[in-house]
Amino acid sequence: MGLRESRQDNGVVVIHVEGQLVITNRAELKDRLQDRLAAGDRRFVIDFTGTPYIDSSGLGALVTIAKRIREEGGDIRLAGLNDDLRQLFELTKLDTLFSISATPDQALAAF
Amino acid sequence: MARVTVQVPSAVDCIEEAVSVVLRHCLAGAVAGPQVQFRLQVALSEALANAIVRGNREDASKRVIVQADLGPELICLYVTDEGDGFDPRAVPDALSPEGLQQDGGRGLFLIHRMVDDVHFNAQGNSICMTLRRP
Repeated sequence: MGLRESRQDNGVVVIHVEGQLVITNRAELKDRLQDRLAAGDRRFVIDFTGTPYIDSSGLGALVTIAKRIREEGGDIRLAGLNDDLRQLFELTKLDTLFSISATPDQALAAF
Repeated sequence: MARVTVQVPSAVDCIEEAVSVVLRHCLAGAVAGPQVQFRLQVALSEALANAIVRGNREDASKRVIVQADLGPELICLYVTDEGDGFDPRAVPDALSPEGLQQDGGRGLFLIHRMVDDVHFNAQGNSICMTLRRP
């Protein structure tokens, strides 16, 4: 998995996840978001356009980091989930915890 | 009926390759849509992660056995670890308000949603997942 990061003019940090988010690499995403949070960033979009698969460990990592971000007064939005992954979010009801947009641009517009 | 058996080391970085190998056999020569492939991938990945992390506790001296029985109508996947087993009825509800906020606890829930039938042996260290071919 690779993580690519960009910052919008309004301060929103977009993290593009390239590859699977699974038990072997979920800590990388958690650490990256934790670092950005510690640096003062509060608004995030996670772009999963390049992600074919997220396992339950990856879902759990998102829940944990979202809780931490919201405790700090921030927000996190998800974008670019394929149909299979969208189905996983719906089955686990995590679509009720996250704002999910079709594209990163739509997620950014929602901030 | 064809049978495929794979021994998997108790290391999480072996999951992806093991799933790929088993799925290749499950789908070989069969007409299966991407939905079947995804359901098998989720179920087997989650069962292997449970077996390696919770069952064998990532003990390098232990192995996980994956057995796939491949029939014309059914795919049966058995995942067996060398741990003490657990009581699947004691797993908290992943959809409860508390469960939704937890980091873990979704693996078994997803397995149940991805396959048509799930059984454990009496000890609780072997799961049998059955998927009907479309």
